[in-house]
Amino acid sequence: MTKRQSKKRILLQGNEAVVEGALAAGCRFFAGYPITPASEISEVLSVRLPKIGGTFIQMEDEIASMGAIVGASLAGVKSMTATSGPGFSLMQENLGFACIAEVPCVVVNVMRGGPSTGLPTNPAQGDVMQARWGTHGDHPIIVLAVSTALECFEITVKAFNLSEKYRVPVIILSDEMVAHTRETVTLPPHDEIEVIDRITPSMPPEWYIPYKNNSKGVPPMSALGDGFRHHVTGLVHDVRGFPTQTPHEIEAFISRLFRKVTQGFHEIQITQSYLMDDATVAVIAYGSVVRSAQRAIIDARNQGVKAGLLQLTTLFPFPRHVVENVLKQCRFVLVPEMNIGQISREVKRVNQFGTHVEKYNRIDGQLITPDEICVKLLTTLG
Amino acid sequence: MPKEVTKLIHKYLRHDKTFPHVWCPGCGNGIVLGALIRAIDKIGLQKDEVVLASGIGCSGRMNVYVDFNTLHTTHGRSLTFATGVKLANPSLTVISVMGDGDATAIGGNHLIHAARRNLNLTAIIINNQIYGMTGGQYSPTTPYGSYASTAVYGHIEHTFSIAELTATAGAAFVGRGTVYHVTLLQKLIEKAIQKRGFSVVEIMSNCHIHYGRRNKMGDPVTMLQWLKDHAVPVEKAREMTSDLPEDKFTIGILADVEKPIYTEEYQKIRDQSTSKQ
Repeated sequence: MTKRQSKKRILLQGNEAVVEGALAAGCRFFAGYPITPASEISEVLSVRLPKIGGTFIQMEDEIASMGAIVGASLAGVKSMTATSGPGFSLMQENLGFACIAEVPCVVVNVMRGGPSTGLPTNPAQGDVMQARWGTHGDHPIIVLAVSTALECFEITVKAFNLSEKYRVPVIILSDEMVAHTRETVTLPPHDEIEVIDRITPSMPPEWYIPYKNNSKGVPPMSALGDGFRHHVTGLVHDVRGFPTQTPHEIEAFISRLFRKVTQGFHEIQITQSYLMDDATVAVIAYGSVVRSAQRAIIDARNQGVKAGLLQLTTLFPFPRHVVENVLKQCRFVLVPEMNIGQISREVKRVNQFGTHVEKYNRIDGQLITPDEICVKLLTTLG
Repeated sequence: MPKEVTKLIHKYLRHDKTFPHVWCPGCGNGIVLGALIRAIDKIGLQKDEVVLASGIGCSGRMNVYVDFNTLHTTHGRSLTFATGVKLANPSLTVISVMGDGDATAIGGNHLIHAARRNLNLTAIIINNQIYGMTGGQYSPTTPYGSYASTAVYGHIEHTFSIAELTATAGAAFVGRGTVYHVTLLQKLIEKAIQKRGFSVVEIMSNCHIHYGRRNKMGDPVTMLQWLKDHAVPVEKAREMTSDLPEDKFTIGILADVEKPIYTEEYQKIRDQSTSKQ
C-alpha cells in the first residue's frame, strides 16, 4: 500500500523552486559555476542531488559546465545548468552543440543587469534576444520566462519535458527579483506531475539510424554505452551522424531541426490571459513585470479602461498567433520590459493590423511598478 | 602479422561513409590511431563500453573512423563533455583525443582542472607543435625561434611542456611517447587507459606539411628520424649527470601516482548524504 502523496505548502525563493522543479522532472545531473544571482540553484542541488543518486559538480567555468551537461545528457541522464549574464555568454558555444546534436538539456539564466559584469544584484531582462540568437548560426531553441516561485517550479518541469520530447535545449529566463523573492508555493504531489522522457530506440542496434527523419522530426535517442554506437558531432551531419557537405543533406538536416519545433508550436507556446475577454487595451509582459502588470490592469479598470494582460511564458518560438489575436482585438498594446525593448520589437514585427503598440522600458536596474504601467496606459489613451 | 592488422582494421574501423580520411599522407595521426586500437584490443574492452571523445582540429577527426561511441565536440572542450559522460555513467571507458592547440590553448583550463579533479579519464594529446588543420599557425607547443604561418619572423613565445604541465596539475598518470616509438606508444596508451585516475599520454608527432616544411625538417621519414634522435628514455635521462639539452625530450612514464578517484569519492558523498537525511 502506498500512501497517497499530498500537496506540500512551502516557502521558497525562485531559485529554490527551480531546484524542486528540476528534481521533480527527473534531473539527476547538474554542472555549474558560481555566479550571482543564480548561485542558490547550485548550492541547493549540491545538497539534494547526491541524496537521490544524482551528481552535482562545480566546473572550472561556464563553458565547461555547459559541456558537462551535454555529455551527461548524451549518457542518458537529464541535465541542467544555471547561470547569469556573463556565464550565459560563455555557454553559447556548447549550447550550439546541444542544438545541432539535438541533446536535451535545460539552461537557467537568472538575468541581471548587463552588458558585461553589469549589475550583478539587480533584476533586468536584457538577455531575451541573446537567449534566442546567442549561439551562432540558424538554430531552433525554446525560451521560457518565469514570473513567480510557483512558475519557477512548474515551468522548470515543463522545460525538461519539452527538451526531452523535442531534443532541443530549453532556456529558462528568470531574473534577480523572481530568483530571490520568497513566496509560499503549493507543490503538487509527485504522482500528479507529468514527466516526459526522451524516446529511446526500440529497434535492434544494427537498424538504428540516429538522425533519421520521422513524422515528428525527432529521432529516438540512444544513450552512450547502451549498444547503439554512433557518431555525435557538432558538424552538420547526415542521418547516420557523419559529417556531410552535400547540399541536399545539409538542407534536409537544418530544415528538420526547425520543423520539429514548428510542429510542436501548439504545446510549446505557453501564454496566459488575464481579463482579456472584453479588453480593448492590453499589456503584453513576461517575467517579473507580469506581477506589476497584473495589478496595473486592475487599477486601470478602476479608472474605466478595459485593460487586459497577455503573459508570455514562451518567448521563443515567439507565440505569434496569440499575440496577433491580442493585436486584432485591442486598439492599444503596451509592452513594458526591463530592457530597451526586445520583445516589443517582436510584437511590432507581427503587428499587421495598425494597432498602436508602445514600449515602456526601465534600464536602471529597478523593477517596473504597477503605477508606472497604469499611468502609461492612462496617459497614452488620453 | 599483416593478417592480424587486417583483422583489427575490420573489427574497429567504420566501413560506411567515412573514408578516405582527411589526414595528409605521412601524418602521425594514423600511427596514434593504430596504437590506440591495438591498446584497446589488448585490454579487451568491448566497443560498446568505449567512448572516444575529441575536440577540433586534425586530431578531432580521429573518432569518426572508429566503431566506438564517438563524440566529436567543440574546440578545446572535449574533456568537459567527457567529464559529463563519465559522471553520468562511470562504467564507461572514456578517452579524449586532442591536439596540442586543442588541449593546451583553447582547452588549457579544462586540461589542468581535469588533471586536478582526477576523474578516471584518459587524455591522449597529439603534439605536432602546430595548428595543422587551419594552416600552420603557432600553438602553445611551437618551439621558440621556429616558424609558423603566424610567426613568419620567428616565434617569440615559449612552450608548454604538456607532460610536465599535467603532472604538476595532478594527473595520476603521465606518459610521453612519439609516433616513431610505436611499441612504447601502445604500452603507454594501455597503461593510461588501465590507470585508475586521470591519465595523460602526450604523443610527439610530425606535421611535415605545416611545421616541417616551414622549418626545413624534411619529409615524414626525416621527421620521424628526428623524433627518434631527440627522444631520451626517461630512465636514461634520470641517470644523466647534466641537464637534458633543450631540443631533446624524455619519453616513457613520467608520473604514476595513486590518489582517490573522483567517482568513488562522490559515491561516498552520496552514501553519507543519504544516511544524514
